[in-house]
Amino acid sequence: MLRFVLRRLGVMVLTALVLTFVVFYLTNLPPNLEKLARSEGSVRMTDAAVASWIIDNGHGGSVFYRYAEWLGVAPGWVLTDDKGVTRGLCIRQNDDPALAPTFCGIFQGNWGFSTVFKKPVLYSLGKSMAATGWLMLAVMVVMVPVALLIGVLAGMREGSRTDRVLSTFSIASSATPEYVSGVILVALFASPATGLSPLLSGWGWIGGKTLFLGTATSAMDNITFWNFALPVATIALYGVGYIARMTRASMTEVMTQQYIRTARLKGVAFRDVVLRHALRNAMIAPFTVIMLQFPYLLNGVVITETLFNYKGFGWMLVTAAGNNDIEMLLGASVVAVIFVLATQLISDIGYVFLNPRIRLS
Amino acid sequence: MPDTLSWTMIFALMAKQFWPVWVALVVTFVLSIRFKRKLGLYGKLFDSPVGMVGFAIVMFWVFTALFADMIVTFDPLAQLGSVKNPLPGSPTPAGADGQYPWFLLGGDHLARDVFSRMVEGARQVLVIAPAATTFAFLVGITLGLPAGYFGGKLDTVLSFMANLVLAFPVILLFYLLVTPEIRNTGIPVYLAAILFLIPILFFVVLLNSRFHTNPPKRNLYVGVTLVLGLWAYSGLAFNRDPLGVWGMAPNLLNVFVSVVFVNAPTVFRIVRGIVMDIKSRDYVAAGQTRGEQAWYIMLWEILPNARGPLIVDYCLRIGYTTILLGTLGFFGLGVTPESPDWGSTINAGRKLLSMIPHPAVVPALALMSLVLGLNLLADGLREESMKD
Repeated sequence: MLRFVLRRLGVMVLTALVLTFVVFYLTNLPPNLEKLARSEGSVRMTDAAVASWIIDNGHGGSVFYRYAEWLGVAPGWVLTDDKGVTRGLCIRQNDDPALAPTFCGIFQGNWGFSTVFKKPVLYSLGKSMAATGWLMLAVMVVMVPVALLIGVLAGMREGSRTDRVLSTFSIASSATPEYVSGVILVALFASPATGLSPLLSGWGWIGGKTLFLGTATSAMDNITFWNFALPVATIALYGVGYIARMTRASMTEVMTQQYIRTARLKGVAFRDVVLRHALRNAMIAPFTVIMLQFPYLLNGVVITETLFNYKGFGWMLVTAAGNNDIEMLLGASVVAVIFVLATQLISDIGYVFLNPRIRLS
Repeated sequence: MPDTLSWTMIFALMAKQFWPVWVALVVTFVLSIRFKRKLGLYGKLFDSPVGMVGFAIVMFWVFTALFADMIVTFDPLAQLGSVKNPLPGSPTPAGADGQYPWFLLGGDHLARDVFSRMVEGARQVLVIAPAATTFAFLVGITLGLPAGYFGGKLDTVLSFMANLVLAFPVILLFYLLVTPEIRNTGIPVYLAAILFLIPILFFVVLLNSRFHTNPPKRNLYVGVTLVLGLWAYSGLAFNRDPLGVWGMAPNLLNVFVSVVFVNAPTVFRIVRGIVMDIKSRDYVAAGQTRGEQAWYIMLWEILPNARGPLIVDYCLRIGYTTILLGTLGFFGLGVTPESPDWGSTINAGRKLLSMIPHPAVVPALALMSLVLGLNLLADGLREESMKD
């Protein structure tokens, strides 16, 4: 077991290094650096000035070396200009260059400075991840029980009317990406012109103009049911269908097993067969699916946060990418990549623990 | 000036506008049900109600894309008058001179007809999504077959690379790969050069392994494939077709390559899994004992027996690709601003979503119905292919 985990960890570290290098390479392409030079320096710089700005600010030289610098395994660049002022990656403004550390990459906790948010990357990252954490937590709390319930109910009697109805629902929900369900939910519940809200406010049932709020910006400070329900529903709806279908497939398979038939023939009530005998065995596959659903959740989070203007991780990623905020984007990708890899690892290990039939070679 | 339409009238007029689609659908269904016993898996689809509903929805959009020019009421790019966001069913300002007198589903913020844009959007989506999925499948199959069949180092390397792409959050990849800056560096063209070469390789190996015992026939087939393939390759990947038939706009190539790149690893994993299962069967062992070549066994014995799950996944994956394309449009990546594709129309409409929902809701429902149709179709196909 330990060797298995160690090997997986090794592959994971290698994957993370390769992926962050790809991100580093793609964000530090010459056109991006030129754009950075013009936005940080001046818009009217000549091409020669841009080229020298790039070199003066440590963006020249081999991309591999710069990647190592950024990681913190190679010494950060130090340059002394004509006026005798020494600047460098590790030298803060007004600090003595002699006292500055040699290495300062993300390993040393130096994630850089965001050019858009004008704050250190780590600070912005932490704040936005906390916001997204709440969103994801709410989504999980809603999505997982609903999906498992639908899957178990549909799968316990294959082919019944309940099964047909619930299966159609799960197919429909997995056909509705977040940007579609979000738009429809807002039009139905959060528009003063269409959907339910004009009716309800006409009858005097709701105080405000709309039932739910169409933006989740206020949820940054204070999460309430009315500003958080729509974003959560938007993300959950897409995931529910997939998890429910996997649960159903696993449940129908378990229900055809010999031991279920034996239990039925012994006279155990159907309820007890489902709850005691079938459920535990049917939950192995959905566990993996739920863990592997996290990366897709990340996708949904980006779309939903953009749609509802909720300033979390996804919104920040989009803003950073749209404004050529290289260090912010790199920081966000590190988090995203580690997040995806960690969920994969947990799902693998969890699967092995849950299913004693799997032997590790 | 004509009156504003009621919703009943709007739906009636839309149904009338779609007449070529209804005719084509009826013809397709009558012929298919008549001859369903002779049509293999496709015919069996008409035994499953779910599959039929799905097929009907998908074909509705396919025919809409085909007959788009007959269905649209206006030029999808034309700006009609100065009233912003006219409501569904409201009359157009220039109703007199032979033009269509109403905005059937309203207009958007530039007073362009939402209905016509939705119809034209179907054409855009239904060209790119199936084509990109097909390429992803060819790439996934070409790499997945040897990985599953030979195993060993090849499998380790290819699987590691597939897992690399899969561990990348899709949105991040899109934001990095689909930008105007990256087009200047030429990375999409290099990627296209590699990805588009694989289908040619696939067909050459496919035909060569089958006909290599009969050189004249082999030379003919492989030659034709090479000429056609390299011709299309020069146009699609490098935009240097000498005859100017094949070509792709740079931003479209960028989108296409990224979507293939994201989808291919999943197909690779599926194919590899199926091959590892099938290669232990007796007929594969029999083929090996007969001294058949590895590629013949893979392409002509294993692949046909893996078609069931692959066809089902193909349908699902077209739906997923449609969603991905919508995501790209939603973030305004890689599309021209006036493009009528569904993702970017939703994006354009969402700014005024809570006040004037119709410009965003119409393409949203269109996209959802197409993906739903594809999912139902896949479900029907799975059910019917399991019955064998």
